[in-house]
Amino acid sequence: MRIPLSRIAHGRSGDKGDTANVGIIALNDSYYPILRRELTAERVKAWFGDFVLGEVIRYELPNLSALNFLMHGALGGGGTLSLRTDAQGKTLSSALLRMEIEVDEGEM
Amino acid sequence: MSMIRIANGQGFWGDWLEAPARLLEQGPVDYLMLDYLAEVTMSILQKQRRADTNLGYARDFPPLIAGIASHIRDRRVRVIANAGGVNPIACAREVRRLAPGLRVAVVLGDDLFDQLDDLLAAGHEMRNMDNGEPLASIRPKVLSVNAYTGAFPVADALATGADVVITGRCADPALALAPMIHEFGWQSTDWDRLAAGIVAGHSIECGAQSSGGNCQVDWTTIPDLANIGYPIVEMEPDGNFSVTKHPGTGGRIDSHGIKEQLIYEIGDPARYITPDVVADFTSVLVRDDGPDRVRITGVKGSPATPTLKLSVSYLWGWKSIGTLVYSYPDAVEKARAADRIVRQRLEQLGLRFDEIYTELFGFNACHGPAARTDEKAVAEVQLRIGVRGHDKAAVDRFTRELIPLVLSGPPGGTGYGDGRPAVREVVAFWPALVPREVIRPSIEVVE
Repeated sequence: MRIPLSRIAHGRSGDKGDTANVGIIALNDSYYPILRRELTAERVKAWFGDFVLGEVIRYELPNLSALNFLMHGALGGGGTLSLRTDAQGKTLSSALLRMEIEVDEGEM
Repeated sequence: MSMIRIANGQGFWGDWLEAPARLLEQGPVDYLMLDYLAEVTMSILQKQRRADTNLGYARDFPPLIAGIASHIRDRRVRVIANAGGVNPIACAREVRRLAPGLRVAVVLGDDLFDQLDDLLAAGHEMRNMDNGEPLASIRPKVLSVNAYTGAFPVADALATGADVVITGRCADPALALAPMIHEFGWQSTDWDRLAAGIVAGHSIECGAQSSGGNCQVDWTTIPDLANIGYPIVEMEPDGNFSVTKHPGTGGRIDSHGIKEQLIYEIGDPARYITPDVVADFTSVLVRDDGPDRVRITGVKGSPATPTLKLSVSYLWGWKSIGTLVYSYPDAVEKARAADRIVRQRLEQLGLRFDEIYTELFGFNACHGPAARTDEKAVAEVQLRIGVRGHDKAAVDRFTRELIPLVLSGPPGGTGYGDGRPAVREVVAFWPALVPREVIRPSIEVVE
């Protein structure tokens, strides 16, 4: 079945220059394998389309049941250069949590 | 000491003014950490110092200290703050003037602005970590140069007996690590314990963002955010610690919020580089340990890098952002049409910009392509067009191109508010590295 990522995860996002950091955390440790399977760097980059110009790199934190995505060229120049409302990427974790993912009923 | 309590009462310059006093009034605290500096803050402070040599620090800080001076004296609370910005001595003098009973020490050595040409001449290229360009390419535009410095000089300042320690561009979490080094005698090669101190500092450096603020999990049930309690680390000599807040305060501390803060603004979690140690955030174990209390153990660290990061700010150019509002029906279509007209007129004028950026506030401004909203159902949008460029005259001309659309564009244009948008100077940030030997920290007690 398809569910929004927000059913099984939460997160927080911020900036470092023109790079956004989007941390996604499983609400329950048992959901972490689903995050690892469904949230590939490629799918995350595709989800944001032309909002993210550069590479998306995924880091794993199994100790926190969390993934950290570094999205380069994601903030319209970053810092004081950016012309965006959300120049610091504060809402990008919410944007990613809207993504629909595929899970088996037994996983929930 | 079997345990010390380190509280953070400011997550940035502009944070809640009541928080530091409440932390001292509402329960026990040994050290009060106040974090004032962000990347852009240094450039603002440097501009203020150029205008007045007595300025260049966080001006909210001295009156704040005066307001809590009796707590500091009577309860032996010690304050550690990077409020000094680019003029920590002037900051210390103002604190002494407003709170003459307090002993104040300053950590110096992070400010490299006056040495910049010597450093360039000595072959330090200070290449931009993002694009590889050498600093020489922007030298005439440089406003400030500061190195992110570590916790050991701050611990030395605590050893002078100071009530208040003021730093310049000290790394945020190092402000929390310093009292641990001072109290527990941690050494510069105690990598795991230093890393634990950095993780502790990171978990509270953004203030109430670890005690229920900006937390996504069950946020509607987080109690009394109006009276939120700012976070406190209870650190033990072996590097294990708890994060908590004073009883009776608002907010919530649980493992959900702490995990959100731990992953906030980090890069490679296995190598979180700080001046004192490289912390491994994949080693951190987090568990709930009672109401409003989270236990953190197991932190590992590895040796510090041979370089320190620089915070360089420089004059980049100019920008302006203008807005117009369009309403139902076809609000999105009208805003897009207006955007096309503005861009065509700028083109016809022959104006060149580094970037023209358009977003439709209320439709896709925050989430961009991830918004996936049905545009026909949108009640109203704010068309928000921004330009950025090196030619101030071109940016200024742009500010005259939005309002005419109220009469000459799609129907119903409104919300032009105060008229033409402002043209703002852009000060940009240049991240670079220098060998750590370049930095020579020193301590000065300001009498």
